[in-house]
Amino acid sequence: MSTAAEATRATVRPVSRSVRLRRSPLGRALVRLPFWLLIVAIAVYALFPFYWALRSAITPDSELFTTPITYFPSHPTWAHFHDALSQSYFRRALLNSTIVAGSVTALSLAVGSLAAYALGRFRFRGKSFVLYLMLSMTIFPQIAILGALYTMISGFHIVGPVHFPKLYDSLFALIFSYLIFTLPFTIWVLTSFMRALPADLEEAAYVDGATPLQVFWKVLLPLIAPGLVTTGLLAFIAAWNEYLYAVSFIQSPSHYTVPVAIATFSGSSGNAFQFPWGTVMAATIIVTLPLIAATLLLQRRILAGLTAGAVKG
Amino acid sequence: MSSVATPAPVPRRGRRRRRTKLQRRQTRFAWLLLVPALAVVAFVAIYPLGRTVYQSFTDQEFLAGITPTKWVGLDNYHQLIHDTIFRDTVVLTIKFTAITVSIEFLLGLTIALVVNSHFKGRGIMRAIMLVPWAIPTVVAAKMWLWMLDDTYGVINDLFVRTHLISHNQSWIVQHPLVAVSAVDIWKTAPFVALLLLAGMQVIPNDLYEAASVDGANQLQQFWRITLPLLRPAILVALIFRTLDALRVFDVFQVFFGYRLGSQSMAVYNQSVITQDGHVGYGSAVSVAIFLIISLFVVIYVTVVRVSDE
Repeated sequence: MSTAAEATRATVRPVSRSVRLRRSPLGRALVRLPFWLLIVAIAVYALFPFYWALRSAITPDSELFTTPITYFPSHPTWAHFHDALSQSYFRRALLNSTIVAGSVTALSLAVGSLAAYALGRFRFRGKSFVLYLMLSMTIFPQIAILGALYTMISGFHIVGPVHFPKLYDSLFALIFSYLIFTLPFTIWVLTSFMRALPADLEEAAYVDGATPLQVFWKVLLPLIAPGLVTTGLLAFIAAWNEYLYAVSFIQSPSHYTVPVAIATFSGSSGNAFQFPWGTVMAATIIVTLPLIAATLLLQRRILAGLTAGAVKG
Repeated sequence: MSSVATPAPVPRRGRRRRRTKLQRRQTRFAWLLLVPALAVVAFVAIYPLGRTVYQSFTDQEFLAGITPTKWVGLDNYHQLIHDTIFRDTVVLTIKFTAITVSIEFLLGLTIALVVNSHFKGRGIMRAIMLVPWAIPTVVAAKMWLWMLDDTYGVINDLFVRTHLISHNQSWIVQHPLVAVSAVDIWKTAPFVALLLLAGMQVIPNDLYEAASVDGANQLQQFWRITLPLLRPAILVALIFRTLDALRVFDVFQVFFGYRLGSQSMAVYNQSVITQDGHVGYGSAVSVAIFLIISLFVVIYVTVVRVSDE
């Protein structure tokens, strides 16, 4: 910690010996230099693995598997990207993940915004209990219910002949089980958005004879639209990235989601002696680009949502 | 909504009765809105949790039908106490948690202090810090697995060039804990920094100005102002990171598969249930993990309470 403190001390508010030196442009630049070096170091640390994945994706195999390794490809190629996208199960995985993450997000927002309306705009008994229940669900370890979910989705008997539908090895199993981490989180964050709205608009609508559902649909929902975008994006990312349930409940490659496909990837260009790292890196670049774009665009909103919910990463 | 009619005066008694009736109706409506959410939570979380506990007292197998599932009492838990593989996974997971959470906190605090100052491009910097967090852990693990490659890995190359190591290391085999920790720290330290940064930004500037007037130096300001006022943000970050680290699955599974001696608690549990099909015993393992994680929550809460007094 002392290094951190010294770093700020030396850089953030420089107390230089000579005021004249500090005020000259060169002096100012020199004083700020360690600070900028730190900034660059942090940025390089965060981004280098992406650079390396990109570099490996466009480096031909003949150059990729030679030593000493090269930091810039001399003959860049798209071959690995072609190879990755020519794998039918990888393309399927992109589609599957979109379906799963999209459905989970839509369901969470629909069910969650109704619940948030109740929790954020009404006063009733048992409200704080429900809120605490949702909060405790957000830190719920998913592994703790794997065994029971496994039994349930393989079609167990509820009562006598009544079966829970057999969902094993289908995308429904994932849509069902992902709600456990998206829904409580969605409710928690949307409730904080609902609560922040002023009461005037709602009252005016009631005076004009609107029903509570109309108030919800026509007044409140448009007002918390930014909150819906934020929460929806966070839920989507969480579902898109999930691996434990996906690898446990899915068996056939045609139902793989992106993380499972990436984890088990073995492109066609690899031979018996060398794992196809170039193709795998191309695949990782393909799946991360949309996430990076969304994060860069909605950075402010994501952070606001995360700190509003003060939720896990 | 432009013209608001004044409601006609109502006799007092009737008005009060109507309000309570309205209140009752509102309460009913609120619960109605909650029905779908509560139904989902009950079905996806509460029932499975109860069922996991129940299953942990049975000898249920995934390929049932050969022998019917029967109640075995505490047999699974007896077996669990003597399960040395499980014990090793607990030790390994706690080591991993201690390493990653402490480094992520120190690194995150350093990054947050640097980025908290005013400079051009702070917004871009924050976006850059969010990127590692947003990508799937599996993808991050694959990127690092390749960077840590024995022969063609860039980490070995960089470290040999800078004479940090004398020859290429086989990170996955020789230093498994270092390897998985590196991925987790890379992915999460910037995110911890963002959480702490959000906490720093609500500390009023007047405090620092007053401190400077009183002659406090930067280090004193850090210890006396920043750190105490950042305490809630630090606690939230530490608790969530600890809980996350204890249930780690993705990195371990991608790096080591189900290799004995390199399993986290969650990897072992998942393999018992889905690879071996021992649903009953696996449920007992789940309950044990749940209790271990709860124990950490209790410890945290107690420490916070005690230090508050």
